[in-house]
Amino acid sequence: MYGKGLRTLSIASAASLGTALGLVFFYAPLDADQGFIQKIFYIHVPLAIVTLFGFIAGGLMAIKYLRSGDRSWDMRSYVAIHLSIVLAVAVLITGAIWAKASWGHWWVWDEPTLVSFLIIFLLYCCYQPLRFSIEDPERQARYAAVFAIIAGAFVPLNFIAVRLAQAFSHPRVLSTTGGDMPGSMRLTFLVSVLAIALLYVTLWKLELTSKNASYQLKRLRQRLELEAEERQTRGGAPAPPVSTVPASPRET
Amino acid sequence: MPALPLGEAGKYVAAAYLVVFTLVIVYVAIMAAKLQRIERELETLNDLADKRTQ
Repeated sequence: MYGKGLRTLSIASAASLGTALGLVFFYAPLDADQGFIQKIFYIHVPLAIVTLFGFIAGGLMAIKYLRSGDRSWDMRSYVAIHLSIVLAVAVLITGAIWAKASWGHWWVWDEPTLVSFLIIFLLYCCYQPLRFSIEDPERQARYAAVFAIIAGAFVPLNFIAVRLAQAFSHPRVLSTTGGDMPGSMRLTFLVSVLAIALLYVTLWKLELTSKNASYQLKRLRQRLELEAEERQTRGGAPAPPVSTVPASPRET
Repeated sequence: MPALPLGEAGKYVAAAYLVVFTLVIVYVAIMAAKLQRIERELETLNDLADKRTQ
């Protein structure tokens, strides 16, 4: 059920990533101030935007779970947050590389955008330990949903707070006045955002499909175990126990 | 800081793109490994169900 449209999404994200890379290296002009190093912008900023939206989406899905009680929404929220944490690592590393190349330092502590992103990342790093420290599945899902909602609300608040602060060195690329990018750079940037967003949705669906398949397999195993027990109680020939199913055919 | 020369800037740009590419590849590889395990288990359960119906 989760795998529906996965092939189309994969093709679309591969095509858009290819287009974005082509635009970045063969179409977008070199930045007058930073030169070639500015090309990092086209991967770093879209990744950051998609990551933050992923965290917010995780919070919205958690609201949906709490309202409906449907566990599939909890799973969607979990996968969205998990994937955003992975992308956040990429944001921090690419940001550090860009900072080193253009500012001469791997990290600058007095830059609000960097520090606020690190705070959000560290906040979400608590999500998984919190979730898996609770054994009861119902409580686990409920507590994780509450965390996802509160942390998800923190993301736009943090973003607004940083915008209100007077940043002295971090460039503003998106604003109500349209920013300072020329048309070719803007187009390349928008295609990059689209490509990363499609990649995110594809990976999200892929992980959801995998988790759902694991869950269905577990249910099938439980059903077979139950049937084996029923056969034994009816006095029939004992069926081979399911627990002896090897994890790998090589073990047979 | 003045703009870095192309040769030096290229290393940083390549490193940034490689980091993202590697992360995505590792993520997909982990997913593929999980899918393979699911497939193996499914085959074994299928064989087991066949034996029972015989």
